[in-house]
Amino acid sequence: MTFQSTWFLLIAVLWIGYFILEGFDFGVGMLLPFVSRNEADRRAVLTTLGPVWDGNEVWLLVAGGATFAAFPEWYATLFSGFYLPLFLILVSLIVRGVAFEYRSKYGKAQWRQRWDIAIFVSSLLPALLWGVAFANIVRGVPLEKAASGSIEYTGGFLNLLNPYALLGGVVTLTVFITHGAVFLSLKTAGTIRDRAQGIAKLFGLIAAIAAVSFLLWTNLSLPEIKPVVLVLSIAVALFWVAGMAMNFIRREGWAFIFSALTILTFVTTLFTALYPRVMPSSLGAQFDLTITNASSTQYTLKVMTVVAVIMTPIVLIYQGWTYWVFRKRVSASQIAHPERGVLDQVSHTLQQ
Amino acid sequence: MNSLDLARWQFAITTVYHFLFVPITIGMAFLVAGLHTAWYRTAKLKYLRATKFFGKLFLINFAIGVVTGIVQEFQFGMNWSSYSRFVGDIFGAPLAMEGLLAFFMESTFLGLWIFGWDRLPKKLHLASIWLAATGTLLSAYFILAANAWMQHPVGYIYNATKHRAELTDIKAVLTQNTALATFFHTIPSAAFTGAAFMAGISAWLIIKKKDAEMARGTLKLGLITMLVSIVVISFSGDITARIMTKQQPMKMAAAEALYNTQDSAPFSLLTIGTLDGSRSVFQIDLPSMLSFMSTGNFKGVVEGVNDLQAKYEKQYGAGDYTPNIPMAYWSFRLMIGFGFLGALFALLALWQMRKGGTPKGRWFAPAMIFLPFIPLLANSFGWIFTETARQPWAVFGLIKTSAGVSQVVSAGAVLFTMIAFTALYGILAFIEVGLILKVIKNGPTEELDYEDPALGGSDQQNLVMSY
Repeated sequence: MTFQSTWFLLIAVLWIGYFILEGFDFGVGMLLPFVSRNEADRRAVLTTLGPVWDGNEVWLLVAGGATFAAFPEWYATLFSGFYLPLFLILVSLIVRGVAFEYRSKYGKAQWRQRWDIAIFVSSLLPALLWGVAFANIVRGVPLEKAASGSIEYTGGFLNLLNPYALLGGVVTLTVFITHGAVFLSLKTAGTIRDRAQGIAKLFGLIAAIAAVSFLLWTNLSLPEIKPVVLVLSIAVALFWVAGMAMNFIRREGWAFIFSALTILTFVTTLFTALYPRVMPSSLGAQFDLTITNASSTQYTLKVMTVVAVIMTPIVLIYQGWTYWVFRKRVSASQIAHPERGVLDQVSHTLQQ
Repeated sequence: MNSLDLARWQFAITTVYHFLFVPITIGMAFLVAGLHTAWYRTAKLKYLRATKFFGKLFLINFAIGVVTGIVQEFQFGMNWSSYSRFVGDIFGAPLAMEGLLAFFMESTFLGLWIFGWDRLPKKLHLASIWLAATGTLLSAYFILAANAWMQHPVGYIYNATKHRAELTDIKAVLTQNTALATFFHTIPSAAFTGAAFMAGISAWLIIKKKDAEMARGTLKLGLITMLVSIVVISFSGDITARIMTKQQPMKMAAAEALYNTQDSAPFSLLTIGTLDGSRSVFQIDLPSMLSFMSTGNFKGVVEGVNDLQAKYEKQYGAGDYTPNIPMAYWSFRLMIGFGFLGALFALLALWQMRKGGTPKGRWFAPAMIFLPFIPLLANSFGWIFTETARQPWAVFGLIKTSAGVSQVVSAGAVLFTMIAFTALYGILAFIEVGLILKVIKNGPTEELDYEDPALGGSDQQNLVMSY
């Protein structure tokens, strides 16, 4: 395997990690108002994400950094081309991170309600927009050779909002909602767990319809039928069905494993459909960005491969260990004073 | 304004803002880890209170540092895609390494620390804050190595066909003297900042008579850390200046507004000049000091702006190679000035604390509260100097800033995102300052729900710092 292919694979792995992990973060963020009946519920729901969401988001930063290092032309064309969607994603991620950290600092209902709305919106937007962005990448966008010799995006913002891409957005949105619901049913106890399971049933169905249509469309619109893509698409559907069945019989661990496998196979399908292109042009194959014309030098790729081969397993071990440490279910009854914020605790202030 | 000017403003705003939080994070991470260690070793409750009190402040600050950092990584591609194409082969590597080695470590272990109070064995819990702190250090190292490469590119060749710089020696990039000197200048500055934050707040607690038992200790810790840091900062700053004179003589000349090459060049403490900075009207000089700072020799020759301009025109073709001189001149002095002002405060306060005393004086004691702002200003001016006095270059001698901007992003789009980021950052600053003031106002608290059987024992979550 060439270094270019290796890095194509590694970047796919980073996106898979990102979507599996932050996928359920987004889902939980969106479900926060709907699975909770009171403040204790909400605190419990947020506590399931507390120790892990920031580490989950790092997968995105590393995917971005790795693309910059391994395929600078891809990074440059994509980020400058998809300017406004990426801006919206950035704003969402900023608001979301701060909202998680700050919302329970005070007990005031209004303060918390505002942050809860922020969490909902800032989880929904990226969940939708990542799907739109990836569908556009797979579909191909207007790329042309600019005067400078580099391949640049020439499509504008509205070009990104085509039906195929929007369907892609609906797929990631509904898959992440379901994935988040499955995660919640695995990580909580009591009524939250029951509600989450019900939501997973409903959204599992909607996501299935959206995903199957999207994958059909994807297969049909490829220049030629790729058998691997077809097989992978079928695997996506099978994993999803398995996950939903497990959710139905309340085998929550298995349901989560299968919904994670679905995301893994789904992202793999998209990257396989792309390979060896990284950003096809809708204006002709001569303008395609590929793993060859977008890549860094062999030396840079080699250096980065050494770093990735050493570091990725280490990261997986300690991040996995975090999940083990916090493996216990969280229940609303564990939250001693749900309505009390850390900064409200003035009564115990030491006076001297 | 065109998209280039707007993209430069956006970079300046988002970067200066981001770097208000970064040094506090790095400095505080180690100080909090130190306090936690003291508690672990001695089991004294005042250390536990200090760990939690400053831990809360640290986390409030950390949140904004993290989220504004995401913008930093994305905006190279968004606003500076031509720059990214040119440097990606080299510049991307340290950024990716930063993610893999530092960000994962920082975020994962900080999560373990926040939520691990009653979940982890005490030793592991303590280790997690040290690992998170180490992560911040690694992160700083990689990003400073990337920045150092912009100041002084090494370990590369220029590929004319692809019109880009290509990496030939990663070791050179990661270990060049520019990177190391910057690291040993920036990290103690971060310690200085975190320590000033701790000292200022502790002084306020003492004045308000809140938990003086704890606050005295943390005030001393902060002040001593500040004094130790300023020694290292001065030392590495001196080395940095000499390296800079060799590698970017124009920057040093601009810092001093030295127009003509001269030996035994003086360093001016104060200059009142014409508005465009081209001529001075009144000046207080330290004789030969500039020569010493830049060459290590009082009689050393320092090249002037005019001579360098002529030299660069010959070397790189016609063009303006002179940065904004008044900006360079003043930011350089304000960096140094605020640094020493902070140190002076620390020295005076520590002197007053002899034999059980506290910071006093009608002006001095209340002024201690503003101590954290002094290093924040010094840091900001330092980076404004470093980055603006390199102009017109993005990477010195290789690519100009004007050639780095995205070709396909309209001025309107940059303006829109700039306004949005600025507004959002403003709101966040407002909220963050409010929260920090509230924590300070509450003062250190006895954490009653820590291992309190009345609240249900070990099954209860200890949510002191959590959500």
